[in-house]
Parts: sequence; structure tokens; C-alpha cells
Amino acid sequence: MVALTVNGTRHEPTSPDDTPLLSVLRGPLGLSGPRFGCGLGMCGACLVLVDGRPMTSCDTPLWSVDGTAVTTVEGLATDGAPHPLQQAFLDEQAAQCGYCTSGILIRAAALLDENPNPDEDAVVAALDENLCRCGVQRRVVRAVLRAAAGGQR
Amino acid sequence: MTLPPDLAANPRLSTWLRVAADGVVTVRVGKVELGQGIVTALAQIAADELDVEFADVRMEPAGTAAGPDEGFTAGSLSVSTSGAALRQACAEVRALFAAAAADELGVEPADVAVHEGTFAAAGRELTYGALAARVDLDREATGDVEPKAADRLLLVGTDVARLDLPDKVTGRPRFVHDLRLPGQLFGRVVRPPSPAATLLDVDTGAVEARTGVRAVVRDGSFLGVVADDEPAADEAAEALRGNAQWKTEQSLPDEADLPAFLRGGPTDDTVVEESGTPEPGRVARTLKARYGKQFLAHGSMAPSCGVARWDDDAVTVWTHSQGVHPLRRAIASVLGMGVDAVTVRHVEGAGCYGHNGADDAAFDAVLLARAVPGRPVLLRWSRADELSWSPFGSAMSMDVEAGVDASGDVVTWSYELWSHGYTSRPGYAGNPGLLAARHLERPVEPAPPVDPALPSGGSHRNAVPGYAFPHLSVHAHRVLHTPLRTSAMRSLGAYGNVFAIESFLDELAEAAGRDPLEYRLAQLTDPRGRAVLESAADLAGWSTRGDEENVGHGIGYARYKSLSAYCAVIAEVETVSEIRVRRLAVAVDVGRVVNPDGVHNQIEGGAVQATSWTLKESVRFDRERVTSTDWASYPILRFSEVPAVDVRVVSRPDEPSLGSGEAVQGPAAAAIGNAVADALGVRVRDLPITPERVVAAIERSS
Repeated sequence: MVALTVNGTRHEPTSPDDTPLLSVLRGPLGLSGPRFGCGLGMCGACLVLVDGRPMTSCDTPLWSVDGTAVTTVEGLATDGAPHPLQQAFLDEQAAQCGYCTSGILIRAAALLDENPNPDEDAVVAALDENLCRCGVQRRVVRAVLRAAAGGQR
Repeated sequence: MTLPPDLAANPRLSTWLRVAADGVVTVRVGKVELGQGIVTALAQIAADELDVEFADVRMEPAGTAAGPDEGFTAGSLSVSTSGAALRQACAEVRALFAAAAADELGVEPADVAVHEGTFAAAGRELTYGALAARVDLDREATGDVEPKAADRLLLVGTDVARLDLPDKVTGRPRFVHDLRLPGQLFGRVVRPPSPAATLLDVDTGAVEARTGVRAVVRDGSFLGVVADDEPAADEAAEALRGNAQWKTEQSLPDEADLPAFLRGGPTDDTVVEESGTPEPGRVARTLKARYGKQFLAHGSMAPSCGVARWDDDAVTVWTHSQGVHPLRRAIASVLGMGVDAVTVRHVEGAGCYGHNGADDAAFDAVLLARAVPGRPVLLRWSRADELSWSPFGSAMSMDVEAGVDASGDVVTWSYELWSHGYTSRPGYAGNPGLLAARHLERPVEPAPPVDPALPSGGSHRNAVPGYAFPHLSVHAHRVLHTPLRTSAMRSLGAYGNVFAIESFLDELAEAAGRDPLEYRLAQLTDPRGRAVLESAADLAGWSTRGDEENVGHGIGYARYKSLSAYCAVIAEVETVSEIRVRRLAVAVDVGRVVNPDGVHNQIEGGAVQATSWTLKESVRFDRERVTSTDWASYPILRFSEVPAVDVRVVSRPDEPSLGSGEAVQGPAAAAIGNAVADALGVRVRDLPITPERVVAAIERSS
């Protein structure tokens, strides 16, 4: 039996051990933030933090996250207040369709945890595995830099 | 006053608006959110025209059960068509409420002041909510009320934040993929291995016996499964795939020689334009060139998805379709049902750039759900199906020839293009246009894609250059044999045509030893076109651009559809080890701007997407099947490859609003192509401009 913590709550999902983590999150756990984009770990729409590290949940089997703490985009907010990145994405209107946004937010949150003051190149490098088809990449970079600067620009 | 067409077609005011006793105004439009921000822009128009607070407006998703039928959300027409209809409807509703207020307050309607949802006169006030019960909106629009003048608009023209983004940055359910209806099951379709394949035999028994499997559906070559959850559906679909035997066929053209395929006929031929008089005596020199583009995929970030539930003989469908009403009619027609038995509701999907798999997925869901009456079935495609079964933007081949005078100005221009049609949407040209319909036991064969009529056009969109050339001859050949499925993709043929036309203009300018900007301005009389060219040149610093080694600059210009937004782009590229677009400077004139940041976002995104198409994208296939089925085989632009995009909007508050969603595609491609040629001294005439094509062009020139 696999046990894991998701956004602060402990779960013991009954899904088979080799079920993709994404299916568990979006299925029995009832979350919607992690998105299915490709199923191959190639687009980043399904990213979640596993013990603080971004991982593509679509190709991560449930057994491999036994005993870990998983954070999805729903878990970025604290006490109902949006994460500074979420606020910055709204301030910069850094989305069009918003389907890739969850995964980008997760990757950016991991970046800011590791490097609270990244420059533009560091943000671009961190997000290079995340795909966006609507073409809002420059807005996203601005939003991440804004969040890093404490919401100021 | 004549009613705007969408209001004339849906004249009852109650179709568009409902005012509740608490003052909340519910607005229904027939246009849908595709990630482009249209719902927010239309809410701005409504709030402004009604004089209510923006927060009091609620936008309801489009559906067939209520609200206007506005056809497809396509063609960059929503602000101009739906916006005009909604503005007029709101103006009339406001006037009806003002009259009711005047009656109540015992004054003349003209003496009632309306502000933030309140009607005031003679020291007394009444709200929309208080008057709601007195005003019957179940009446037809008259056209007798004049909407506000531009200078009285408060919200229109401002950066109102998108209504849908708070849900999207917090991960709340918002997409059709997130729907979880009571009793919902999950479906998968096992598509044929190639476009022309047919199902010979499949052993369904073992799959039907699997735990969690509710139904296996086979109808001709349509094969699918319904299961309790997504993993069970995925596993069952894989098992079915393993048990299926298909007859395949080598039906696809030679990817390496698409011009030969496209020109091999048969075609439906159109004289797009024959105008002016040839004056061969003035022609000092004749130049010609051949351009081309590959098939392009939509590449939406989410695979297409639909939900359907059958209740007795009626079906309800939840879909990210661009047109709920056309989809409804198409489903009814394939299944031989009355349209009243089909209800279609819009739920958002991922970014939509044209006719993708949304309608097909909705119909797949309908076919699967039929096997489990009363239970909703959510059907989602795989990434591979999304990249290989969604319709493509057609490949094109273009010949252009110009006779120029001694100064290099064009005297005579002829242009000829070959392409599949750019529309096979549901119901277009009488065909339901639903993918699974062709695979059924009693199939509905697809018709060759068609083209929207000129002057907007389809494959021939923007085939006519906007310059004052004294003689023009433009011909289009619609290729009828379509082994690969094609339909509408952002800007339709304009992307390829503007690339060809504007590339060739640079070739002509170079041959004449003239500056590309001066060369264009010398032959462009439309003042709004000249203004965007000059504005882009100013924004990019064209006159002081320098000549850094391995760096090039290029211009692209067009008026979208020859009748809509004006757009000029100046690209700066560097060509050291790879082709890198550093910056795109874009000037655009979309008439009256409803949401400036929304226009910026559309232009920025369009420019980035066009850069991706132009440098990287090409649908890959062998003679049997599409082989670009994931993000490795169909790469798109990444963060590290995205150019800076600077946008300048030329303000025209007194001109009608023009759509912004597609205007930049063609000019950006041409600007990049011209900048690459400027940097390297050789020209790549076939899209995408890959390193391999650059090397080939260099080898040809040496």
C-alpha cells in the first residue's frame, strides 16, 4: 500500500502501484490542476513537486512516490492567499488558454525555492522543458521575475 | 438603423441578456472562449453599453439550449460581429430600462442619468435590479437606439483583467477535461494505424471481460472502449489495439515532393483577381520564384476531449468546439436524429487555433456513450491522435512572377497557388465533417475541404497583394484529392500567401537595389497600411539597424483578409550555428481596441506561434502514416527560442473594431524569411526555414 502526502493531506490510494501519479491525482484524489498534455513527460503540463522537486506526474508510477510529499498547483497557495507566482501571473496576464500554466507555475516555484533571485536567463533555462502553444512565454518570464522581486516591477 | 447581422439573426433581446432582481446581468453570446480572451472583451462591451459595473456582468458559456446562434468562433470576427450585436442589444436594453425608470420617476427618458447601474432623476434613484421585473426583454431588437459614441465608453479601451485566469492559475476545474459528472465513465478510441486503414477483425471478448471495462464499441472501423476510470480505459484501449487487425494502404503523398503532389491535380480553379492592364512596353525585367509550405499541425497543449450522455433518445454533449450549433446539426445528421434531440454545451479547452479535434472528440464521446445509456462518458484523445488525426493546415505551392520597370516598381504581377481547401468544419459545404463518421459501418465519406468565399478567402486568403500594382493576375487551384485531412488553421492560406508575396517583394527590391521599406511604401497607397509599416520601422529602428555580421533584418506586411487588421512586422534574426529570431517589432491597426492588453497578448502569441511554424514545424509522414506523433517528432518553439516581441497598436478609436487573432501570422513569417535572407545572402523559399534548407540554399548559390 502506497502512502503519500498531497498538498499537506495524507492519502493511501488504492490504485494499482503502476498507475501514473497524474491519474491518481486527477482521479481518486479529485484534483484538476495537474493537466494531461502528452503522457510522455515531454510538455510539462502535469508537473507536480515531489519533495520539492518538479516531476512529470504523467509518467511517474504511483509506487515511486511512496512516502513523499507531493504539491500540486492547488497546494501553492497558503491560507487561501495565492502564491506570489500566482499573483504575478495575474498581474502580468501571463496566460492565454492557461492549460500549460499549472506546470509552469510548479516549475517556477521550484526555481524560486532554489534561487530566489534568478535573472532572465535563469528563468528561461528553468522553463525550457515546459511547452506553451499560445505563445505567452515572454509574459511568463516577466511574471516569474516580478514574483521574485516581491511582486514589484 | 440596420441591425448587426448576428442580432438580426437572433433578434430577441432576452436571448442575449437577462437582468436579475439583485442587479446581476447575465449575458449569453454565441462566441466561445478559446484562450483568446474574447469573453472578457465582450463583457467589457456589455458593461460599458449598459452602464453597469463590470463585476455585475456574468458571462454564460455558449450552448444550444439558450443564447444566440453565432455560428463558429473563428476568423478573428468575434469582436467585430458578436461585439457589434451585443453592443446594440445592450444599448436597447439600457434604453428600455431608462424608459421604465422615467415612467416610475415621472420624468422624460431623456432626463434620466444612468451611471454604474443606477438610473437617477429628480433626486431619486432606481437600479437595474429594482426595475428588472418591470422590463420585459422578451421582445425583438428594433435598431432604433444608437449605441454610445466612442468618447463615452469607459471600459472599452482599457486593460480589464481576464475573467477566466484566476481559475487557471489556481488549478480549479475549468476545462472540459476537468468535468466530473455524476456517474461519469471514461472512454478511449482506438484509431486506425493510418488515414486509409480499415478494421478487418478484432477480438473484443477478452477486453470486455476485463475488470473496470463497461463496454467495447465497434461500428465499422470505429473502435473504442468505456471504462470506470482513465487508467482502466487506457489499458483496455491498448489491449484492443493489440487484438485488432487492420488493412492498411499506402495512401499518402511523397513528403519530400509536395509541390509535385499538389500540382498533380485534379483541382478546382478560381480566378481570384484579374485587374488592370498589362503594359509590356514598360517592363524592363521579369523575375519569378516558387515558394512553398508544408502541412502544419495545431499542436494544442491538450488532446481533444468531449463528454456525452444519452438519456433515452436524446444526447447532451459537453465540448470545446468552436461552434456548438453547427456541431449539433452535424451530430444529428450523421445519426439520423432530429436536432432537438441533441444539446451541445461549450466548456473551455486548451488553446484553439482553428478546426482541431474538438468536434471529432465530441462525436467520439457520443458514439461511446450510446453503449452506456444514462452515464456520461468523458472521451480524451492521446497526444499521438491529437497530432495525427486533427485536421492539418494544408501544404501549399506558390508561383509568383513580376515584370518591373526600370526603377524596379511592379508593372505586372501574376500569382498562382495550389493548396487543399482550408475548411472542412462540421456542416461546411454540407458535410458533417466529423472524423468518426467516415469509419462507421455506414460511413459518411468526407468531402474535399472547401474555401470560404472571397474576398476573405481560404487557401486564397491574402493571395492578392495590397499594393497598387497596375496589373494583377491571381489564380488559385484547390487540390481535391486529400489523403491528409486539412481544415482551418489560424489565418488559413494567408500565412503561406503573405510569406510568398512579401518574400518576393524583397527579392524585387534587392534586384532593384532598393531599401525594402522604401520599396513597399513607394507602391502602397492605403494610408493605414503605410502607417503600420512606418510605425513598425520606427519601433524596430529600421533606419539605424546597422550591419552586424550574421544578423539580418526583414519586413513583412499585410492587411489580413485584405479587409481586416493591418499588420507590419520587422524581424531581427541571427544565423550563427542556428537560426534564431531575436526580436519581432510589430505594428498593428485593429480599429477601435476593446482590450489593449488583450490585443497585445494575441499579437505577441501569434508572433511567437508564427515563429514556431516558420522555423520548426512540419507534419511528417511516410507513404502510409503520419509519423510526427509527439513533441520530439513535431517540435515547437521553446522558451529559450522565443523572440522578444514588441507590439505597437496604432489607435483608431473611431474606426470599427477588427479582429487581432490572426493578423500577424503571415507578416511574421515573411519578416523572418526576409531577415534570414538579409543575414545569409541566400533565400529559403520553402517553409519551414530549417538549418537543412539553409545549407541547401547556400550550396545552390555557390
